[in-house]
Amino acid sequence: MCPPNRTPTEQEVHGRRGRPITDHDANEINRVEELAYDLKVREVMTADVRTANPEMPLSKVLDILRTNRISGLPVVEDDKLVGVLSLEDIVRALQKNDLSAPTGQYMTREAVTVASYESIVEAIRTFTERQLGRLPVIDENQNLVGMITKGDITRGILVALQKDYKIEEVRRYRASHLFEDIISDRTTLVLRYTIKAGDFTQGGQASSYIKRALLRLGADPQITRRCSIAVYEAEMNLIIHTTNGGILKLEVEPHRITMSTSDDGPGMADTEIVFQPGYSTATEHVREMGFGAGMGLVNMKRCVDEIKLESAVGKGSKLVMRIFIPDQTVGVSRNGKNDEPSTNH
Amino acid sequence: MHLKDIIELVDGTPLNPEVDMNIKIRGGCGADLMSDVLASIQPKAVLLTGLTNPQVVRTSQIAEIRAIIFVRGKQPQAETLKIATQENMPLITSPFGMFELCGRLHRAGLPSFESHVPTE
Repeated sequence: MCPPNRTPTEQEVHGRRGRPITDHDANEINRVEELAYDLKVREVMTADVRTANPEMPLSKVLDILRTNRISGLPVVEDDKLVGVLSLEDIVRALQKNDLSAPTGQYMTREAVTVASYESIVEAIRTFTERQLGRLPVIDENQNLVGMITKGDITRGILVALQKDYKIEEVRRYRASHLFEDIISDRTTLVLRYTIKAGDFTQGGQASSYIKRALLRLGADPQITRRCSIAVYEAEMNLIIHTTNGGILKLEVEPHRITMSTSDDGPGMADTEIVFQPGYSTATEHVREMGFGAGMGLVNMKRCVDEIKLESAVGKGSKLVMRIFIPDQTVGVSRNGKNDEPSTNH
Repeated sequence: MHLKDIIELVDGTPLNPEVDMNIKIRGGCGADLMSDVLASIQPKAVLLTGLTNPQVVRTSQIAEIRAIIFVRGKQPQAETLKIATQENMPLITSPFGMFELCGRLHRAGLPSFESHVPTE
């Protein structure tokens, strides 16, 4: 009989190393991957470990292995790791009927170890390369401080993910339910920031706060990005071009985000020419800081759905920008306007 | 590509080693005009720049840049370093110029994260 037709598994197609990771996958596993670098061995290892010493008879070690249901023990002399003893070593002794021999005679010297201060990715690498299931963990002075298994790593990552999730999730939960928990005919959250003219040191801070606030409110990252870029350019304009600074205001409603700035001068005569790419009145000083390329309003326009600029010389300017959120919840999805061309790498 | 590998490639010196350098960089961008950065870049890139003022950090934060490399051995202003550390943005200085740095990273396989200007 023929074997049933079935799709080959990924391992059969791509071999043990698995299929190559695509950008899409990389995006998906990113946080776990990051954690593999963030988490240190000492944070996930088991610190309270059973050990043997070189003089201990093998029969005693076997007892320890059996009662603790483990398959190997680090061998320690004066706190220093001198080897490991695994079930395999015990089997070798059994074959010679030599269970009364001291551990030192059968243990594997030069044990493969991992340092407590390394990232767990180091341990993962060693597990894979050496095909081992558990590793002794040593500190800077070569003293044994714990053991690490693949299970410890999985547990460590899961706990960290959960912690991450909880902290931001609680904040986000509280913030994102604002619009559901408070009932009115029209709920608007207004954030106001006073921007000082010429204050380049603080410049961009309001935009940073706005970005954080939007993410906590549960806004879609793409919308948050468009919004942040637009308010950042607007904030810099208040700093660069106004006489007395101005007010940056963000109004969040379930169906739209309105960003506006207002100032009391100097104002401008032509509110159309400023939308031309490259048009700029910025001073040399401002240009030296990387601004004033005449792209600010062009950038803003690109990021928002609606933009309106009113100005009068000697009176001041008012800029209003809007981003619409189609399905009545803050964030979730965007309305087809994309601030980035498709990925080109 | 890991930031650590990038630092090695550019012969870089981390300026705020207390921030987390264990991060992954997906692409690169070289610019001295902050508006260009905001207009063209995709998230998770490294920014190569000759500017050292605090605005570089703020712009990077808004544009979701992951790390900043100063070209030609430039040292940032004290305020820049302070904001960067506070916002967990790694700052690195490299002895090489912009062209050399872009070349080194691109050759090592780091894609450009600058998007093209649409032709009209």
